[in-house]
Amino acid sequence: MAYFLLIIGAMFVNNFVLCQFLGICPFLGVSKKTDTALGMGLAVIFVMGVASIFTWLIQLVLVKFHIEYLQTIAFILVIAALVQIIEMVLKRFMPSLYSALGVYLPLITTNCAVLGVAILNISEFGIAGAGSLLQSFLNGVFSGVGFTISILLLAGIRERMDLELVPKPFRGFPITLITASIMSMAFVAFGGLLG
Amino acid sequence: MKGQFLSNKLGIVKNGILTSNPTFRLVLGMCPTLAVTTSAFNGLGMGLAATIVLVCSNALVSLLRKVIPDKVRIPAYVLIIATFVTMLEMLLKKFVPTLYSALGIYLPLIVVNCIILARAEAFASMNKVGDSILDGLGMGLGFTLALVVMGFVRELLGAGTIFAGSLGSVEFGITQDAFPNYKLPDYALGIFVLPAGGFLTLGILMALVNYLSDKSKEKKEKEHEAKLNRALAVAQAVESANGVQNDAAPAKEEE
Repeated sequence: MAYFLLIIGAMFVNNFVLCQFLGICPFLGVSKKTDTALGMGLAVIFVMGVASIFTWLIQLVLVKFHIEYLQTIAFILVIAALVQIIEMVLKRFMPSLYSALGVYLPLITTNCAVLGVAILNISEFGIAGAGSLLQSFLNGVFSGVGFTISILLLAGIRERMDLELVPKPFRGFPITLITASIMSMAFVAFGGLLG
Repeated sequence: MKGQFLSNKLGIVKNGILTSNPTFRLVLGMCPTLAVTTSAFNGLGMGLAATIVLVCSNALVSLLRKVIPDKVRIPAYVLIIATFVTMLEMLLKKFVPTLYSALGIYLPLIVVNCIILARAEAFASMNKVGDSILDGLGMGLGFTLALVVMGFVRELLGAGTIFAGSLGSVEFGITQDAFPNYKLPDYALGIFVLPAGGFLTLGILMALVNYLSDKSKEKKEKEHEAKLNRALAVAQAVESANGVQNDAAPAKEEE
């Protein structure tokens, strides 16, 4: 039950994009078409899941040597290296998935959602025992799912909005932001779910 | 010569603040822009923190631009930025703990703020140290300006205060203490402090900036057109005058 609540919370109540403002750049930048939005979303789920595990392990090392203040530097390095390695492994062993994720993988290094989930995991679940590792992993994956849901919804709306006559100053980013605002209002309602 | 030099340097700073404002024109660094601007004071703190990191990282990247190999430049930049962010984090924790807790997770996330990496890549890696520092300053101040405007609007509408939490804060409206017998209604629009209000405020501000810049562009074009018309009229007048002379010339020959 606790894990179920964790999953719902990560996907809807604390939706990364619409409730926590993490990963806004790809949310606005890669949401013109639903298929590219889906590609970006899948890449984010993948990297966030793997990064959650690795940063948990790195934090163990940091705590052991009493150098927790290096957290930011260590995490960003690990994420950058991880993205690079994932890219190489996928290219070698899963070329079809690699070509599907393609250009979005390198972009993820500077996606604040990944570093954000790593830091939030440590501060929320700590590093004590395997339970917190599982929690971190689930939180990472399902936060990624939440990101994918919101970017897909926005991309669907934007595809339709291309056909509408939007006032000139509002074209492009402004109307997208206002759309996101209305979506965010809807997601606020999920807050009541967990009390 | 010296005046031109000075105006060049000022041009770099002005470019960052107005012409290519990172928030309204380049649309970079959206996460902190939306997240921490629930009050003008937080916006100011975030903006200044990013400015400090931006100036320092631009300076160091520019100094090392001939040392860093091209292939590993992005990781190198990220490492430089992360170092400065960590230093700033420690300083804020020690000296401004209220701001440290208000900025929360968005303070370490300055590392992945695209403005800083974008300026390192697009400006500092190709320009001299002095210019890079000025570019960092201009971009940082432009970012700060945008954050303060956002924070100001959201705080005013959402909480009914101006610069609360800092010196000289102003609270609007009639306070409940003045009317002990009535229950005054709450006029604050709470939605502006919520995420939805952040998106809405930024969308409308961005549309406003687009509208104003379109208008000034139109005005410039009209002025340009008027100038062209005037020049054309002069040219035509000259031509017709010449034409009269030309007409007159053969007539003379005939004589």
